Amino acid sequence: METLFFSIVAAIAILMSILVIRCKNPINSALSLIMTFFCLATLYVMLEAPFMAAIQVIVYAGAIMVLIVFVIMLLNIRTESGRRTQHALFLGAATGLFLLFQTWYFLSRSSLTGAKGAIDSAAIAKVGHTELIGQSLFTEFLLPFEITSILLLAAIVGAVVLAKKKV
Amino acid sequence: METIAIPAINMSVIAPEMILSVVAMALLLINVFVKNEQKGYLGYLSIAGILVTLYSLTIGWGAPQDGFSGSVVQDNFAIFFKGIFLVSAAMSILITDQYLQREGCNQGEVYPLMLFATVGMMLMASGTDLMTIFLGLEVLSVSLYVLAGFNRGSIRSNEAGLKYFLLGAFSTGFLLYGMALTYGATGTTKVVKIAAAAQSGMVSSNLMLVAGMLLMATGFAFKVAAAPFHMWTPDVYEGAPTPITAFMSVGPKAAGFAAFLRVLLVALPVFKAEWSSLLWVLAVLTMTVGNITALYQQNIKRMLAYSSIAHAGYILVGFTAGNAVGTSGILFYMLSYAFMNIGAFAVIILVGKKGEENNNLADYAGFGYKHPALGVAMCVFLFSLAGIPPAAGFVGKFYLFSGAIQAGYIWLAIIGVLNSAASVYYYLRVMIYMYFKEPTEDFNWVRLSPAFIICLIIAIAGVMIPGVVPGTILELAQKAILM
Repeated sequence: METLFFSIVAAIAILMSILVIRCKNPINSALSLIMTFFCLATLYVMLEAPFMAAIQVIVYAGAIMVLIVFVIMLLNIRTESGRRTQHALFLGAATGLFLLFQTWYFLSRSSLTGAKGAIDSAAIAKVGHTELIGQSLFTEFLLPFEITSILLLAAIVGAVVLAKKKV
Repeated sequence: METIAIPAINMSVIAPEMILSVVAMALLLINVFVKNEQKGYLGYLSIAGILVTLYSLTIGWGAPQDGFSGSVVQDNFAIFFKGIFLVSAAMSILITDQYLQREGCNQGEVYPLMLFATVGMMLMASGTDLMTIFLGLEVLSVSLYVLAGFNRGSIRSNEAGLKYFLLGAFSTGFLLYGMALTYGATGTTKVVKIAAAAQSGMVSSNLMLVAGMLLMATGFAFKVAAAPFHMWTPDVYEGAPTPITAFMSVGPKAAGFAAFLRVLLVALPVFKAEWSSLLWVLAVLTMTVGNITALYQQNIKRMLAYSSIAHAGYILVGFTAGNAVGTSGILFYMLSYAFMNIGAFAVIILVGKKGEENNNLADYAGFGYKHPALGVAMCVFLFSLAGIPPAAGFVGKFYLFSGAIQAGYIWLAIIGVLNSAASVYYYLRVMIYMYFKEPTEDFNWVRLSPAFIICLIIAIAGVMIPGVVPGTILELAQKAILM
């Protein structure tokens, strides 16, 4: 039952992500991207990560997509005219098939059961999923968490430098 | 509600990074109150900040300590690399103001961004958690994307920024995927714990870890501009403002190597046979592609871009060896490369004037007679890049190649020496234009400001002193290896 559900969700995700790059109208691409994000959120739920699923829907499917659609509207991007060049299509297909073959080879030769971390479903049931994420953010991954603030500051300064009107 | 036990934090481990970030943020505030013509003073302030940071680094030498539950470590290896980053950042800042004023884009934000990039590099060198390394790389990359496109009025600069951003984001994906697979295979992101987990045959025989290693290698190879992941380099180096090109040809390359070395030598020594043979191929490809393409360049910035690819190849030779001599050779070479490369770019900036960068070889005709001191300085840097004694470049290459010979990679060393010989051609060609062609211009626009003189003196000292008496620095480098 679970496998069947996974297959359906994964198939929709793949179909939608193909539509993202194949649609000629950018709004349609953006809407397909939202569907892809929803499918990913569903996969997170199946992995017992409800917090990640909620964040995926709120941040990606919500906030970021609103931005993308806004940009499309503000820039008034028209439906893509002109045909894609044939050799680019061929190269892309060839590379994609090669990568697909590599993935198949890799999967057929190895087991995907790696090492397990310290936290299992018993720990999640005891403390709670969101609490565990918060805990590791403020204990084990405190430094990476703080570096993120520097990263965001640098990105904001950079965006202002590149976009402000008067030099 | 249970309380969270905060682990030991140990702020002194990240003291250098904290000092530099605070200076950068203070500069952002001060920038608002500084008039447009006086933005150069921000540069001097940031150099003061860098000097304080350098001092705080020297305190930690010889006393390795870690902090933040194993996310960062302050060992000699990290300190040596941080020294390289800080020296190269200071020298690039010295030559920035005059160029930006000339090109009319002297926004004060350039200095905080350069300092943020340096903070990112320092975190990469001292990160012992894949998350820290990745975030350090992102801080570095985001700042560099902006810096590459900093001259908004120039189409080439815009192109450089956008190209670097698109390809850089793409390669970050590879790196992150590799880290995710490594985490999946070992169950941890800490470098030391990965090594412990990989000891067991169950984990190391799992192809997932090998795939993770390969993808991480791809990501790092992009950052250090190793062939076949070098395509972005010439366009970005040519289009970016020249002081920024000087900055990003040294520091980020060194930072990429620092993180690459730590991940392969500390986390995955189990696969030494595999990654040595991988790096062997990369080293040969990188040296050969870089040198052969550089032979055909007419634009000096593009030529130095290809030469920087070739130099990444020489460093990969020492990396392939993976022994003490090779690793200390990498440290020594990275430091001397900082001096010779930034020195060469400083002269390139002086030859250009507003609107005309004068980057073609023909523009250098007779430059050596019109400005003898600058001509000699340029020759010193080029000789060092070519690896001709007594410059530091020779000593560095000597140790890189002898490391390879010690590890039994005779052919690799031979290919390296042949490549190095071929490279002499295109370095000498610049000198031929400078001294053997009739001058067509009188170069009366060349203006040597005090900052440039200081930068050039530091660069010449940094090239000649370790070249003649390599003992001190080599000793430091030998104490700083990871083994």
